[in-house]
Amino acid sequence: MDLLEYQGKQFFASYGIPVSDGEATSSVDEAVAIADRIGYPVVVKAQVHTGGRGKAGGVKLAADAEECRTHATNILGLDIKGHIVEIIWVERASDIAEEYYASFTLDRSAKKYLGMLSAEGGVEIEAVAEENPDAIARIHVDPVEGLSEEACRAWVAAANLNPQATEGAVDILMKLYTAYVDGDADLVEINPLILKPTGEVHALDAKVSLDGNAIYEHPDYAQYDATQPRDEREEAANEKGLQYVGLEGSVGVIANGAGLAMSTVDVVNQVGGKPANFLDIGGGANADVMAGALEVINNDPEVKSILINIFGGITRGEEVANGILEAMKRVTIDAPIVIRLDGTNATEGRAILEPELDDKLMMEPTMLDAARRAVELAQG
Amino acid sequence: MSIFVDENTKVVYQGLTGSQGRYYGLLNRDYGTQVVAGTNPKKAGTDVDGIPVYANVAEAREATGANASCIFIPAPGVKSAVLEAAEAGIEFIVAITEGVPAHDEAYFYNKLKADFPDTRLLGPNCPGIISPGKANIGITAGHIAKEGGPVGIVSRSGTLTYQALYELKQKDIGVTTCVGIGGDPVPGTSFIDCLRAFEADPATRAVMMIGEIGGSAEEEAAEFIKSSMTKPVASYVAGVTAPPGKKMGHAGAIVSGGKGTAQAKMEALTDAGVRVGQNPTEAGELMAEIVAGL
Repeated sequence: MDLLEYQGKQFFASYGIPVSDGEATSSVDEAVAIADRIGYPVVVKAQVHTGGRGKAGGVKLAADAEECRTHATNILGLDIKGHIVEIIWVERASDIAEEYYASFTLDRSAKKYLGMLSAEGGVEIEAVAEENPDAIARIHVDPVEGLSEEACRAWVAAANLNPQATEGAVDILMKLYTAYVDGDADLVEINPLILKPTGEVHALDAKVSLDGNAIYEHPDYAQYDATQPRDEREEAANEKGLQYVGLEGSVGVIANGAGLAMSTVDVVNQVGGKPANFLDIGGGANADVMAGALEVINNDPEVKSILINIFGGITRGEEVANGILEAMKRVTIDAPIVIRLDGTNATEGRAILEPELDDKLMMEPTMLDAARRAVELAQG
Repeated sequence: MSIFVDENTKVVYQGLTGSQGRYYGLLNRDYGTQVVAGTNPKKAGTDVDGIPVYANVAEAREATGANASCIFIPAPGVKSAVLEAAEAGIEFIVAITEGVPAHDEAYFYNKLKADFPDTRLLGPNCPGIISPGKANIGITAGHIAKEGGPVGIVSRSGTLTYQALYELKQKDIGVTTCVGIGGDPVPGTSFIDCLRAFEADPATRAVMMIGEIGGSAEEEAAEFIKSSMTKPVASYVAGVTAPPGKKMGHAGAIVSGGKGTAQAKMEALTDAGVRVGQNPTEAGELMAEIVAGL
């Protein structure tokens, strides 16, 4: 899960990484009170799960209470690329001498941690990587051995930061590594990491993505749930234990297994249709799971036809067929359904469905045929 | 012949006494796999339908000669289960469990590489491995695979693995070994590990490879195929039309910054001489053509 900037800064602060003094709020009055407490000038920053906040007017410097009030009023409720600003972060403005970039993430090819440090911070690091790759000092860290201070120093030296920043950078990077590993993060990124005219090094921004699989080790991460970006359809599906990703089309897709579901979405596109979603019901396909999936799809008003693509492995065709029929009794479905059932005991399963077929429930022998039929129905 | 596992593989199930472990452990035994032991420190001395349960893998190995393990332990216990098996001298570890933290995976992957170089880990978050007619370790439905070869299968996706086995069986094409490497960020066994083993296996004469969006494993496999493989390969990559940045059920299946797209993977594979299908059925047909021409 992706943290908002202020959550990332609080996460960093809990590992001893210096960040600007600040507080989050949803109220204009409180924003002014926070600014009064921490002292002017302050920066008022929109807290949304998207980039380009500055360009959209979501980051403003305020010299006094009046300016703070104006900016807080303007930024709260602002629409930044479809994200409405509900929370702002008010922090003490920093004097900046230089801007750097620092991050840790997993290098899936090397199967080791990758640290990246650059003297060219404050800009899109992808652009730096493309135009001037030598400007990024990289370090691979073996997860078993960890990051030694010696290795960290050599890494900082390779990045050619201002010599004044060396000690502060080493200190922050060692802490950032601990936060990355102990905090079970997929990504920790500071851009910019700043050197102040006074010589201190400091995290001016925070981008943190936490590993959802490790939540059991961090019960306090539950607090981040409330600020995750929401898709109502996805939420309804997650409550039923289904893997759902909302898309923009009109063919509802239900399949068992992530790979097959992805493949089904592909095939719908290939035959000229637009999938409304990706929905993985997992390995089995019993009536409860199928009914839950149909309910989720049924709640999407854009859906004009439903494609159920089940491959029975351990699950037998009869169970799948009975599950579908039982689910259809429980949920009133508006859109026509096209089924493709294959795999273990598919013949038996199809025989159960055969007598029930009509213009609301159809069956096709292959994935491609089923996708074609579903797309025709959606467009018809 | 087959790769990694065969009729002589003796398997200890870590988590045999749990509901999933019991269910699949017994199914695997019914298939013909040598399921020789289970482990559970609290249930040592008992048995699961005649399969003896030991306190730990070392004791199970000592008593039964187990050389492989299959892990059905819940995610929080997988790291210690993998290390326990490796320390006990197990040569082939299959971790079925999904939802293992990425940092745990990165840790035990590197720990095994450094301290237990002769141990191979498959998974986590994978369907397991089947050498049809010889051994089935994991959650693959054994009867959808035809034994004998000449095709080896390696796949990142569970249900698409089944689909591939089934498509080949429908065409009366046998499989030497089918390896599900799983879709997690740090898989213990990679495409390249399997491709190399298939290249060296005389009974395998062609390989079917099923990829997915995210990461660069398919691109790396394409390079390996180009430089080091003589046997023909057919492939399918799922997620051609996945929207960028969306997670589609697998931690590994994330597209970002134009890298790891299905399109890029398919181009890399095609460039390496691989015949790439637009959907699993088409990939099966391409494989049938390859087999007919062998």
